[in-house]
Amino acid sequence: MSEIKKIKNLKEFSTSADRFEGANLLCPGCAHSIIVREVLNATNDDMILSAATGCLEVCTAVYPYTSWDASWIHIGFENGSTAVAGAEAMHKALKNKGRLKQDRDPKFVSFAGDGASYDIGFQWISGCFERGHDMMHVVLDNEVYANTGGQRSSSTPIGSSATTSPAGRISYGEKQNKKDMLAIMAAHGSPYVAQVAPNKWKNMIKAIQHGFEVEGPVFINAMSACTTEWKFAPEDTIAISDLATDSLVFPLYEIINGEKLNITYRPKNVVPVEEYLAAQGRFKHLFKDQYKYLIKEWQERVDQKWDYLQRREEASV
Amino acid sequence: MAFDKMELRDIEVWDGNFAAAQAMRQAQIDVVAAYPITPSTPIVEGYAKFLADGYVEGEFVMVESEHAAMSGCIGAAAAGGRVATATSSQGFALMVETLYQSSGMRLPIVLNVVNRALAAPLNVNGDHSDMYLGRDSGWIQLDAYSPQEAYDLNFIAFKVSEDHDVRLPCMVHQDGFMTSHTAQGVKTFTDDVAYGFVGEYKPMNDMLDLDHPVTHGVQTEEDWHFEHKARQHNDLMTKVMPKIQEVFDAFEELSGRKYNIVEKYDMDDADVAVVCMGTSVETAREVAKEMRADGIKAGVVGIRVLRPYPFAEIIEALKDIKAIAALDRSSPNGAPGMLFNELAGALFNTDSKAALSGYVYGLGGRDLTKAHLVDLYKELQANADAGKVLTPLQQFIGVRGPKLAYL
Repeated sequence: MSEIKKIKNLKEFSTSADRFEGANLLCPGCAHSIIVREVLNATNDDMILSAATGCLEVCTAVYPYTSWDASWIHIGFENGSTAVAGAEAMHKALKNKGRLKQDRDPKFVSFAGDGASYDIGFQWISGCFERGHDMMHVVLDNEVYANTGGQRSSSTPIGSSATTSPAGRISYGEKQNKKDMLAIMAAHGSPYVAQVAPNKWKNMIKAIQHGFEVEGPVFINAMSACTTEWKFAPEDTIAISDLATDSLVFPLYEIINGEKLNITYRPKNVVPVEEYLAAQGRFKHLFKDQYKYLIKEWQERVDQKWDYLQRREEASV
Repeated sequence: MAFDKMELRDIEVWDGNFAAAQAMRQAQIDVVAAYPITPSTPIVEGYAKFLADGYVEGEFVMVESEHAAMSGCIGAAAAGGRVATATSSQGFALMVETLYQSSGMRLPIVLNVVNRALAAPLNVNGDHSDMYLGRDSGWIQLDAYSPQEAYDLNFIAFKVSEDHDVRLPCMVHQDGFMTSHTAQGVKTFTDDVAYGFVGEYKPMNDMLDLDHPVTHGVQTEEDWHFEHKARQHNDLMTKVMPKIQEVFDAFEELSGRKYNIVEKYDMDDADVAVVCMGTSVETAREVAKEMRADGIKAGVVGIRVLRPYPFAEIIEALKDIKAIAALDRSSPNGAPGMLFNELAGALFNTDSKAALSGYVYGLGGRDLTKAHLVDLYKELQANADAGKVLTPLQQFIGVRGPKLAYL
């Protein structure tokens, strides 16, 4: 049984003991560290963690330093999920054989970016979920290969200017819609998948704690606003995140056992998608006359998705 | 949890795959993460059946690819327990990234590699292309020539790999089909004796020691990467061979079966020698004996430990030989063969006056026949008599069409 942390307010939360040290090399304003701290602070249980190659990894374990006060492993770009799955299998084996040094059950969590989850690590995650390891995979979804300088991934939204899908004289940038990973992972029969955002920290903690309580592979897609690649000022991370959740570009919801969808956050005042786009350099070109139709299409897509989510919630499917 | 010992006859008739699977069972592995591929599949199947019948207590994770198999092994080994798996050929190639990662992270893992050709063209039969692909990966590589050796070397591999001075992963190679699917008599250990030899797993830097968190798989750039790689190389060059010898000695004491870092057959008075690996060693041994009836003092050198490379032992084994043939069972694709180069590298600064020639043979499972070796030994004798290589330095044996020879 997991030991869930009781958190009364943000002050208490932000000052609670860290297993992820503030001493790291992430950019000022990077949402990764906020998300990681929220995950690690959601439980008092021991943790076995992994990170896929990416910003989080290169910024937190540069020899001879480490930012992790919990056991942590990095192997490669694509296989962080399987690293944790292997450790989880070892825990099970040693527990059965009575050879655990401490008779405690840690939480197994893999962190990976959207590139390492939606693209190159997709098969490994799918394998872990199909096999039903008792673990949580957390995507730090900044919608781009940020660690290598802003190449598009299959999470990059349409119209975004990425370095391998740049906006140019005759192009509006990325041409494909963002892959719906939550639906794919829910279709694996995962007991719990959720989309969360660090600005809605109570909502996020609730989702993480629920994920820790259920047995089996849990998938968390956490929006991670990227000051460097989304191109906004480092002090605006939470403001941009608020625009994402309140415009419903990034709706917060969960799917239980692959079959019951709940919307977990309903903004009181829905802001236009245009405001979200206008606040970031990666969408700047969309405001030229020739591409303004794309902003309209964005709004329509967001409205349609929100409508779809509401209908599913209402029908309890 | 159900976990029964298995009663074995003193001598069982096993192929190389089943011998390896039995050794894995007896080593009481904590986690096997595996993916099937011809011709190593029966190792994984055999292990699965042991599990299904209650003879294995550990976790068996059937993953979705060989890359994931080794990734899972890495996570499990870092967590702190005994880990092993098996693969061949394309699966081995898919694993390559993780082979470098596991050795660089200094994790003891035993990998049974049932040697098979690499596509294209696709081919399921035995050659040494996959074994050669692994030779710079930082693993220890042991080569079995028979099912008995595949069985024995697994125990030796665990003991060397898991030693705290070594902590490097270890491959046990056997030839696809020729060893893996050819049943022979295998002298067995009881489960207790086998496990007693391998011993309890002693964890080090284990992630599951929850009171002492560890960080595995860090980033190093130009400031520290070289030192890490140099240290790994240093340990392979200085610590591994003495440990292997120590374990070989202990194994001989237990079983009476003697293994050597470099195997020498009829080498005491030999003038000419074939150096090769895998099942070819046995064929060459037979032919060498027959050549002696024809007045050719023929010998055979088998590479038992491919990595770390037995530089000193090779020099010693070949010091008085007049003509040497290096037999490479992998296409060098635009270069002399690996064994040719490595023998040349070992002998170059010695007093050896040996005429060294290279032969590429057996690709994709093509047979190396006794007739091939008879011809080869005759060429070696001619080289020995002339005091130089009379043929091109690189020849192909057994390939159809016009004779291929280079250099």
